[in-house]
Amino acid sequence: MVSSLSKWYEKRSIKIAPYLFIAPNIILFLTFMVIPIFFTFYISFQQWGMFGKPSFIGLENYSRMFGDKVFWISLRNTVYYTAGTVPFSAALGLIGALMLNQKVPLRAIFRTIFFAPVVVSLVAAGLIWSWMFNPNYGLFNEILSKFGVHGVDWLSSSTWAMPAVILTTLWVRIGYCLVIYLAGLQAVPDSLYEAADMDGANGWQKFWRITLPTIKPTTTFILVMEIIHGFMVFDLVFTMTKGGPGYSTTVIVQYIYQKAFTEGEMGYASAIGTFFFILVMILTLVQMRLGREKQ
Amino acid sequence: MSDNKALLAKEGKLDVSQPLSLPRLSPKKIKTTVIFLVLCGMAFLFLLPFIWMLSTALKTPAEVTAKDTHIIPDKLMWSNFSDALHAAPFAGYVGNSLIVSILAVILTVFINCLAGYAFAKYKFRGRNILFLMILSTLIIPVQITMIPNFYILKYLGWINSYAGLIVPRAAEAFGLFLARQYIMNIPDSLIEAARIDGASEFKIFRKVILPNIKPLIAVLVIFTFMWRWNELAWPLIAVSEQSMYTVQLGLAMLKGEHFINWTQLMSLTLLSVIPILIVFLIFQRYFIKGMVGSGMKE
Repeated sequence: MVSSLSKWYEKRSIKIAPYLFIAPNIILFLTFMVIPIFFTFYISFQQWGMFGKPSFIGLENYSRMFGDKVFWISLRNTVYYTAGTVPFSAALGLIGALMLNQKVPLRAIFRTIFFAPVVVSLVAAGLIWSWMFNPNYGLFNEILSKFGVHGVDWLSSSTWAMPAVILTTLWVRIGYCLVIYLAGLQAVPDSLYEAADMDGANGWQKFWRITLPTIKPTTTFILVMEIIHGFMVFDLVFTMTKGGPGYSTTVIVQYIYQKAFTEGEMGYASAIGTFFFILVMILTLVQMRLGREKQ
Repeated sequence: MSDNKALLAKEGKLDVSQPLSLPRLSPKKIKTTVIFLVLCGMAFLFLLPFIWMLSTALKTPAEVTAKDTHIIPDKLMWSNFSDALHAAPFAGYVGNSLIVSILAVILTVFINCLAGYAFAKYKFRGRNILFLMILSTLIIPVQITMIPNFYILKYLGWINSYAGLIVPRAAEAFGLFLARQYIMNIPDSLIEAARIDGASEFKIFRKVILPNIKPLIAVLVIFTFMWRWNELAWPLIAVSEQSMYTVQLGLAMLKGEHFINWTQLMSLTLLSVIPILIVFLIFQRYFIKGMVGSGMKE
């Protein structure tokens, strides 16, 4: 009797336990990730300030968005930022990884140095580089002047603020790409290179014919990660320029934040948020599809 | 080449009167040397911002705004740190960040390992669909959910509270994914043996799983700590009172304030990156393993 009872419990506990184990995660995901997505969608049809009651206004927020010049500027800036960071951080990361993949002394130390900016907060990176770019006392213009170039007031110039943010991003992201590429390169079998050596291939040919095709999945992965990362940029812009001067560095997420939490237009900000969410989804799906086809 | 010769002559290694005969260098050696030098140059450029921060943090304000810019301060002003700590309630920010990061690490690592174990070792209805749902949150940017989450926090009364800073960000798909992958490698026989011995399901987790996943826990602890310590966007919406500011929020808000100058700001920035750099230097192996295994940073 007792044994059958414990057996019954044993059977049940195996069935119930996993649900109990995943419950905290599931509850948190539902409350703070899944429900908010639908909630954003719902708010986007409302006129809603930070306090007070919402009122339904249909698609008005969306039609306003498409006519909003600043929205388009922020979208353009986001694309500009992404295009200005991703190819360079990926390419320079690859070049660094190729060099570190050779038998050079102090490899571990080099890797540590290149990776260090990745672990530092973006606020700290933004502050350090804001100070680097200081027009009067910053190191950046000082170095430029050594080469006879007269530096500009980087972060106060609507032309040069974005390149300054991009440069800062490269300092942070190159090390990340480098480490991922290094892992990819180490997975390339030596036998491929040995076979190429026998055929008398030079280093350049080996790179284009063997290395690059073999690490294609790594490249796809890095591009996906970096493009999404680029689209979601916020911390650096917030720390370095707050979107200015004017709207010259206002990116989408910064604009959503500003509309929602500075100007209190929750409904309108949610419409932009919904648009952005769909954009990121499409981007991710396209990239995943492309990555799969190429493999 | 003549420079080289002069240098060697200086060191007494070369008799200048003799015709030049350099030791024959293989092309491979030359290549390695060139790569090494390029890497040194790159490393210098990467270190320069850190050096600049350190240099500014230790200069007098007068030296910072002097006409000639140089790296090495004339006089090391260690008092800058205490001055900066007096100018801003930075110590309070550090306290908040420590409380938030440490509690978040405990909570997140625990629930991720628990759920990872369930997804790895149990068969239950809805397992795949739930796991897919969690994975798909990987591509949801926090920034999109910040508006509704602000209302949810307000509804819960969690604005300006530690709960608001910690709990909503405790579930996190990357850690759960990593935990599941890792625990899948633990042999089923260990679990079965404990079960035959009559251990409860939670006891199996505690006595069989946890002791066998120490490297996983190390990776999760390090990453969760780094993310929580470095985070800006979430504290920005969850907190409005200065007494609840975290380090990153405090730093971002201090920039451009009239009562703080660049020496002080760089001193505080330096203080804010030291903990994370120390953790990184000690546990570098885990950092890189985690990054390569997941490729996430946010």
